[in-house]
Amino acid sequence: MNDLSWSKGAPDLSALRGDFPILSQTVRGKPFTYLDSAASAQKPEVVIEAMGGAMRTQYANVHRGLHWMSERTTDAYEGVRDKVARLINAPSREEIVYTANSTGAINLVAHSYGALLEPGQAVVISEMEHHSNIVPWQMLRDRRGVALRVARVTDRGELDLDHLRELLADGRVGLVAVTHMSNVLGTVTPAATIAAMAHEAGARLLLDGSQAVVHRRVDVQALDCDFYVFTGHKLYGPTGIGVLWGRRELLRAMPPFMGGGDMIATVSFERSTWAELPHRFEAGTPPIIEAIGLGAAIDYVERIGFEAIEAHEAALTEHALARLSRIEGLRILGEAQSRGGVISFTLPGAHAHDIATLLDQNGIAVRAGNHCAEPLMQRFGVSSTARASFGLYTTTAEIDRLADSIEQVREFFA
Amino acid sequence: MPESLIQPDGPADAREALYQRLIMERARTPLHAGLVDPADGTGCGNNPFCGDRTQVTVSRAVDRRVALVRHETRGCALCAASADLMAESVAGLDDAQVIELSSRFAGMLRDGPGGGGDLGLLCAFESLHEFRSRRRCASLPWEALLQALGIDGTAAERTG
Repeated sequence: MNDLSWSKGAPDLSALRGDFPILSQTVRGKPFTYLDSAASAQKPEVVIEAMGGAMRTQYANVHRGLHWMSERTTDAYEGVRDKVARLINAPSREEIVYTANSTGAINLVAHSYGALLEPGQAVVISEMEHHSNIVPWQMLRDRRGVALRVARVTDRGELDLDHLRELLADGRVGLVAVTHMSNVLGTVTPAATIAAMAHEAGARLLLDGSQAVVHRRVDVQALDCDFYVFTGHKLYGPTGIGVLWGRRELLRAMPPFMGGGDMIATVSFERSTWAELPHRFEAGTPPIIEAIGLGAAIDYVERIGFEAIEAHEAALTEHALARLSRIEGLRILGEAQSRGGVISFTLPGAHAHDIATLLDQNGIAVRAGNHCAEPLMQRFGVSSTARASFGLYTTTAEIDRLADSIEQVREFFA
Repeated sequence: MPESLIQPDGPADAREALYQRLIMERARTPLHAGLVDPADGTGCGNNPFCGDRTQVTVSRAVDRRVALVRHETRGCALCAASADLMAESVAGLDDAQVIELSSRFAGMLRDGPGGGGDLGLLCAFESLHEFRSRRRCASLPWEALLQALGIDGTAAERTG
């Protein structure tokens, strides 16, 4: 990995592009301009190599083999748990549960923590949640008879804290489950404030960190949340691995989610007992290679440093907002004070899909649609948006290419 | 206009191929938008991935042929134009002919020009086979139409 140089308060990360083999490709004869990192980030060579290397030289099932290769693989796999704990400043590695992705982690909490909620209690989510932080709670509502309350989002695209306070007022809320950073608006929510409000009302707080953990240093102890979830593939790691962090006392009190091998202490036909944390929540052969890939991704971003990543993305976002806001008629959804590198926009007369198709002709990859956030689309009175999202490898030149191409699209559909 | 970006294989090509004049005209100024009232059938197409929605209402003549089709579409240019050109193309057809046309249209979306034979106005979509992620935009109104006519879409697909 190359050393970073800084200028004007922002680091020059352009040298890092060489770490991502896919970015040197051309698409439709144009430089591949990947502005869809919020959907899934590209992978650096070190991640690809770590996964390939593990399969070539160091692979067996974990936790159960009494042979050399299994022990080495278990060391590598479990070592990543320590890296994850350090990444988010978790007090203990036992509180790090591997899941398939953020969706898997939220479903785990909805099922297992949800089993501790009583009918008549409530779960609070917000209008700017991804479907993965809506649907599991609806399923819990229908299964357990708990209420589902939805905190409003302001016109600026920020969580309406006054409304949240109202929803918490009756003391019946067992859990608040909200995003730490919106995948549509880029809004970074005031997590520590929300945690204080939730705790004062006797509720626990789950933060969906799928977007946030990529862009900034997350410290679950400083945030004082109770659960934190994220996914590996947005953090420059592979698909198939996600993380649930939960407070030890909560995880201990929760019944397992899935049953099977690796999550038990003893099994008989009469009854089974559960393994210690975190394994009681990890039934079956886990995503071993994926965990090793996630570990390499964490090493990679830690070497760059979140200070550099955050400064780089803040500069990119500022540049993008300035460029895009000069395009006639272009509407950017949300104008939160605290925001990250995710920008959703609409153009009069041009549907998001048509925008994306024309941008794709210039090799520019953006997402178009409802971004798995249909209720938020309704909140802002649109059926879909186009979305550009940035990663540590994104450059200002790419944003200029985006803005110039949107200008073309606008003229075409004018 | 940033001239440097207009390359021979750039957006200009996509415009010509995908967004033909007829498609843009019908997307901007549909000739068959609205509701048939009273309707003999109503169908809805909904693409949850992009939020596109189209509602198709139909009336039938005494001989059960399709008399009138109207659509209310909230979607991209391809979806809106497809709904409008579909409404025009199926007027006067009986159910078997609608199924056959629908299947041929699906064949063209899948295989390109020649995949469905001569489809008249619907040939405006013949380049869509190169844009796999956009095919659904054009097929959505047809799903709604088959629903409005009470035709099992999977059965229609099997005949194609």
